[in-house]
Amino acid sequence: MSAPHPVERGDLYGLVAEFESPSVLVEAARRAREAGYRSMDAYSPFPIHELTHALELPKTKLPLLVLAGGVIGCAAALLMQWFSAVIHYPLNVAGKPLASWPSFIPITFELTILFAAFAAVFGMIGMNGLPMPYHPIFNASHFALASRDRFFLCIEAKDPLFDLERTAKFLESLGATVVSEVEE
Amino acid sequence: MTERRTGTRPSILKPGHTFASVTDKISSIVLTKKTPAFWWIGFFVSFLFWMLFLGAVCYLFARGVGIWGINVPVAWGFDIINFVWWIGIGHAGTLISAILLLLHQQWRTSINRFAEAMTLFAVAQAGMFPILHLGRPWLAYYLIPYPNTMALWPQWRSPLIWDVFAVSTYATVSLLFWYVGLIPDMATLRDRAKRKGFQILYGMIALGWRGSAMHWHRYETAYLLLAGLATPLVISVHTVVSFDFAVGIIPGWHATIFPPYFVAGAIYAGFAMVLLLAIPLRKAYGLQDFITSRHLQNMAKIMLATGLIVGYGYVIEAFMGWYSADKYEQYAIWNRMTGPYKHYYWSLILCNILSPQLLWFEKVRRSPLALWLLALVVSIGMWLERFVIIVTSLHRDFLPSSWGMYSGTIWDWSLFLGTIGFFLALVFLFIRFLPMISIFEMRSLVPEAEVAGEPAASRVVPETPS
Amino acid sequence: MSQENRSLPIHPGGESPKYWRSLEELAGTPEFERFLRGESSEEILAEATGLDRRDLFKFLGVSFALAGLTACTRQPAEKIVPYVRQPEEVIPGGKPLFFATSMTLSGRATGLLIESHTGRPTKAEGNPLHPASLGASDFFAQASLYGLYDPDRSQTLTYLDEIRPWPAFLGAMRLALEAERPSRGAGLRFLTETVCSPTLVAQMEDIAREFPAAKWISWEPVNRDAAFAGARSFFGVDADVLPRVDRAEVILSLGADFLACGPGHLKHARDFAARRRELAAGGPGVRLYVVESSASVTGANADHRRPTRASEMDAFVNALAGALGGSGVAGGGSAFANDPFVTALVRDLSAHRGKSLVLAGETESPAAHALAHAMNAALNNWGETIFAIDPIEVKPGSQLTDLSQLVKDMNAGRVSTLVMLGGNPVYNAPADLNFAAALEKVKLRVHQSLYQDETSVACHWHVPAAHYLESWSDARAFDGTASIVQPLIAPLYDGKSAHEVLAAFSPSPERSGYELVRATWQKQMKGDFESSWRKALHDGVIGGTAFAPRAAKPAIAKANPAEITSEPLEEPPSRERPAPSAPSSSLEIVFRLDPKIYDGRFANNGWLQELPHPITKLTWDNAALVSLATAERLGLRKEDLVDLTYRGASVRAPVWIEPGLPDNSVTVYLGYGRTRAGHFGNGSGFDAYRIRPSTTPWWGSGVELAKTGERRELACTQLHQNMEGRELVRAATVEEFRRNPKFVYEHEKPLAPEMTLYPHYPSDTYAWGMAIDLNSCIGCNACVVACQAENNIPIVGKDQVHRGREMQWLRIDHYYGGDPANPQHFYQPIPCMHCEKAPCEQVCPVAATVHSAEGLNDMVYNRCVGTKYCSNNCPYKVRHFNFYHYSTQFRAPSMKMLANPDVTVRWRGVMEKCTYCVQRITSAKIDADIGNRRVRDGEITPACAQACPAQAIVFGDLADGESRVSKLRRDPRNYPLLEELGTRPRTTYLGALRNPNPALKVAVSTEFPSTELDRETGQK
Repeated sequence: MSAPHPVERGDLYGLVAEFESPSVLVEAARRAREAGYRSMDAYSPFPIHELTHALELPKTKLPLLVLAGGVIGCAAALLMQWFSAVIHYPLNVAGKPLASWPSFIPITFELTILFAAFAAVFGMIGMNGLPMPYHPIFNASHFALASRDRFFLCIEAKDPLFDLERTAKFLESLGATVVSEVEE
Repeated sequence: MTERRTGTRPSILKPGHTFASVTDKISSIVLTKKTPAFWWIGFFVSFLFWMLFLGAVCYLFARGVGIWGINVPVAWGFDIINFVWWIGIGHAGTLISAILLLLHQQWRTSINRFAEAMTLFAVAQAGMFPILHLGRPWLAYYLIPYPNTMALWPQWRSPLIWDVFAVSTYATVSLLFWYVGLIPDMATLRDRAKRKGFQILYGMIALGWRGSAMHWHRYETAYLLLAGLATPLVISVHTVVSFDFAVGIIPGWHATIFPPYFVAGAIYAGFAMVLLLAIPLRKAYGLQDFITSRHLQNMAKIMLATGLIVGYGYVIEAFMGWYSADKYEQYAIWNRMTGPYKHYYWSLILCNILSPQLLWFEKVRRSPLALWLLALVVSIGMWLERFVIIVTSLHRDFLPSSWGMYSGTIWDWSLFLGTIGFFLALVFLFIRFLPMISIFEMRSLVPEAEVAGEPAASRVVPETPS
Repeated sequence: MSQENRSLPIHPGGESPKYWRSLEELAGTPEFERFLRGESSEEILAEATGLDRRDLFKFLGVSFALAGLTACTRQPAEKIVPYVRQPEEVIPGGKPLFFATSMTLSGRATGLLIESHTGRPTKAEGNPLHPASLGASDFFAQASLYGLYDPDRSQTLTYLDEIRPWPAFLGAMRLALEAERPSRGAGLRFLTETVCSPTLVAQMEDIAREFPAAKWISWEPVNRDAAFAGARSFFGVDADVLPRVDRAEVILSLGADFLACGPGHLKHARDFAARRRELAAGGPGVRLYVVESSASVTGANADHRRPTRASEMDAFVNALAGALGGSGVAGGGSAFANDPFVTALVRDLSAHRGKSLVLAGETESPAAHALAHAMNAALNNWGETIFAIDPIEVKPGSQLTDLSQLVKDMNAGRVSTLVMLGGNPVYNAPADLNFAAALEKVKLRVHQSLYQDETSVACHWHVPAAHYLESWSDARAFDGTASIVQPLIAPLYDGKSAHEVLAAFSPSPERSGYELVRATWQKQMKGDFESSWRKALHDGVIGGTAFAPRAAKPAIAKANPAEITSEPLEEPPSRERPAPSAPSSSLEIVFRLDPKIYDGRFANNGWLQELPHPITKLTWDNAALVSLATAERLGLRKEDLVDLTYRGASVRAPVWIEPGLPDNSVTVYLGYGRTRAGHFGNGSGFDAYRIRPSTTPWWGSGVELAKTGERRELACTQLHQNMEGRELVRAATVEEFRRNPKFVYEHEKPLAPEMTLYPHYPSDTYAWGMAIDLNSCIGCNACVVACQAENNIPIVGKDQVHRGREMQWLRIDHYYGGDPANPQHFYQPIPCMHCEKAPCEQVCPVAATVHSAEGLNDMVYNRCVGTKYCSNNCPYKVRHFNFYHYSTQFRAPSMKMLANPDVTVRWRGVMEKCTYCVQRITSAKIDADIGNRRVRDGEITPACAQACPAQAIVFGDLADGESRVSKLRRDPRNYPLLEELGTRPRTTYLGALRNPNPALKVAVSTEFPSTELDRETGQK
């Protein structure tokens, strides 16, 4: 296995190791974490929960966002119906009370769901920083297979422990089939 | 945690598949250059009916709803029948993708994608009728709450306005849910597409998805939350639809049993439609490995269960009609069974209650052909159910002096068949340009996807937060 | 054309031209289409055979001349008044003016007040000062406005289909007269309808003076021949009778439909309803027996109805007269002698001497009339409940005899000039006279009429008649009261009144109707003519012109039925009178006037064509009515097509089942099957005149009925006339009412006001409400058409009615009860209930129907998007939907003028319904505000209530405890319809009372068994 040819430090994004199976990747991630690497990320064709632990990823704030969305939707719906039926244009309809709360429930419910759903989807997309047409990792060789059957672990150059030589060796030792440099 | 599915019962994914084989098999259907002949034929036929639909709509707008068979007292006919029918069909998709997900039913994986697509297309058909059935469709925007100088707002006590919100919310959330599910697969297609155009197209839809661990983490949370939201939503939608009738005072409509029995009926009809589509598709594209006989049997069982609930609904309806001691209710039920529309009622009983009893036999459940035919019968039966509920209740209400008869005209039928063509055309476009099975979820079913002795069973289901 | 197009009333909307500029356009020939599209005349010439350039220009010239003509005919140029100097009293777009005039039908006038908006009449109301109206009106009067603006009216004076100017006509008549002069008019004949106009009579006398040999014949298919013959044989002289229903406690109608049509029916209905209300008030009230061979509104209101075959009527009357015996009436014993009905009837009548009344209908035999008079004599009713007066008609002879004579003369070539003023003898003369063929033999034939009808095309000259709202005339009411007919608008199409046409035969042919009428009355009015003339015009009646009752007590000696029947009555070849023992299985046919389009003259009147028959609820068609038993025996079902053959002639008619007809008797209505009535009249129904012989004009036995196996769909607005045991109409006998005044709540409790979850919306100003007294309502349909006229309600055509899309805001439900062989009838007018908790409002997604502060259920057309949910959720189904753009019919130039400017014309796709005539409420409130006062009770009258002759509908303010409607609300008979639904209707009903003879032990029952009637006629 030849030593990676040198490149200027500035435009190096990191080192990417390619693995054959999810188990190896998870193991590699855990070991890298133990070795003290922090700024790294793993890429897989399907969600692997063990990876979340191995990389000790933080819990996402998404659920709170969704809750907020739901509450806003609920309030907005009730307010709209109450304001229009009681304040803005009160009408005697079928001799029912102006504020016919029971009749307001269905719409309130629907809008609650709608706003919450928006929060969930756009929250996820936003937190993930998508859409992101370009990302250095796409430069990695074979990365197209990350959406098929290959598993990748990338240790980024900005990591304090990062050292081209040692990190590359370390990655190979984890059972990577290929280790390659990725440019910015 | 669900127990491992192996051995005795047919598995949900034929053994021997790898990440690669799964990925290639499914994506190839989309990425292949040449389109199979049956696709062209099928699409062409449904396209013709789609055009029939457009013709019927043009004539409708030109002349008015008078071209239909509706009258006073039966002021709702095919328009609302079709609306309820299509909405009901939509429900199975959401149920499969949301409720079965929450219930850890991993067998849903291979059918949820096109079940959701079917939902969208069915809701699209349904969503048109509330506008088409208006006397003055160009004023449909009156139904939307928008601030205006007249200070005129919708009338929040009307079930129809509830419909507007329920159906539009349902359509939106289903679309989002479907799209979120598509993102990773779009990335796959982006990476595997040969032609530049498709790479760019799929790339844009994929939003630059790269499968990073943190992304997957948030993705699954969002997906799970969406499922949690969609589940009450799908139930609420048909409940609201049933309010169109239950809130009215017409004998035969004014019944509290309607919401649950409409929801059950919706799922019932929905699964029938899924089977109607799935059975030919798996045959045509040789997807028997992914949509196995086990899937079909499970769906058959769900149909049997919901069918029984619907049957219970009919019984309670009749019982309550009698038990209410309300002479109008009693007459309404009696009129259904013995009046001028009795044939509709009894064939509905035959289609929806009696014929599904065949599903008790495993032999039937194992035969795709039998299932397909049964699904067809049930779909017809569910349409008849809506006809019976709407027409037989309206045509004889309180004052015998205003009693009347109803029957659909050529334009009613054109519109109905037209929407079926429209629906199928959309389905054909979908299977040609989008992966009809969720690739990334199928990958997680491949045995080697298992990590450190953890079963693949719950791949797409994050463990309870700790 | 797809059926939708057929279904829509094409005229005056659709493709066929309203005004045609040439026969080609009328025929819609392709050449003309292309000509319209402006293609070069060469091309057209190339094809239009035998039309060279010169002819083309002639034809164009005529076309454009005519185009100009139509353009200016609506208001003759010299009369157009620009509002530079605004005419007195006229407020453009503001308040309408009302003018008094009179409408004449079969020689009897009804006084009307016509509503005029800036010069165009839009609505007819009754004239309270006129004895035949008393403020009420019938649907003929209401619909006459439609007749005025009917685009199918004849619009040009023609000679053999060529347009001619009026002077040309005058000239031609001059020549004809000169030709007649030597023979002193021996070949001159005038044929009019029944005439009661003093002016016309005067004109005729003038002509008679000049041409003593000329003859004047009157003919109408409905005439009073039998009545006059009967009167003659009883009184020895011609006489009309004047019944006083208000004084009678027991009334026996022998086939007399005195409540619904015939002389003075509005007054009779008013009096009858008043006596019915007396029952509730504890007074003696009235008991009505009806013996009839068909079904009539009067029969439907009877306390005891006795279906009797026409062939047995005379025997029945004989038996009755005999049984009444006493003063001079000697018995004619017969099968009916010891009939319990007769016995009870006789006892009841005898118990009410001087307070009873026996009436014979125009369709009964002269003998029946004579015997009716005799019975009244025997009961001392003359001078009490019935009076004899001089005949209203100038020629009280036998029209049928005169007409037969005329036909003989024509056939013998003795008639050289025949002038027909109105009427349509070619269509409605008895078939066997073969009038059309005889007419051919007349050298000069002139016909003046509103339409280019069957008779017009058989004549040389056709003169478009002026509508009564376009012309000056005068007329007499049933009691002789004279009134002036004044025009509301200049003739739309240069029509000429009968007076103006007759003037052509007088020394001064150019005299206008105005001059003629004034001249007549100048002679008769005492004192200052101008002022009494103005008063006459203003009041609509000429005071003191009513005929004085004859000295009562006629010669009882002549009242011996034996004599009466033996004495030769002046009538055509004596009608064969089969003995009562005639095989009752032999089918007999009964001819009746159509209760909607009369003798056919209103066949093109959309409002009347679409008006549901008062009993069968059929529209747009007539049918062969048979009883249930007969239908069963002959294996007939509703809508079966059968061939009716009588005396060699035959017609093809659809069957309809009407319980309560005598068995083995077929009733057919005259007036349908027109061929030249116009868009609506042509081809609707079948022509029963074709089998109506001159010998027995009203019935005949031995008709053959053959099934064809085909069916014809009939448009019925009420497929189900069985109450299904639901308490919709609540009725009781007087005894039951006395025992339990709250009988309407026999089976359920009134819904307590506090029994609701919803708040009470107190009415700050007014609380409008309506009470409908089912005890008064006679189901005459006047309110339905009045509502249609007031609220610009479009007609929709047969196909749409057949689909259940009729638009009348107010409908009258009709239900059967009791014995299917002889059912009791119940009527229930259904306007919007204006529910306080309205189900329709709750379900409207756009708040297009909401509640007003005064409790009106408002319909906001602009906001309506047409979900139709409100109609579905309305328990009373009073909402009507514009499935198509029905209101296009108001786009025809003439129909535009018909529309009421105070009421929106509705768009396609909009829901509409009764508004309690909100436009009238509003204008009354404005007046009240100006006067700084509250609206007074009775100040607002909805169109329906205003037309109602029975005063069954009362509208008013519920917030005012003293208003009539509030008082009726407190009446024990008051109940809301479907109260158990908690809709809290503002419209409530008062239970009906019947006053059966205890001896006959007939209970009032709204229960009706399920019968063949309930079969679904395949409404689309």
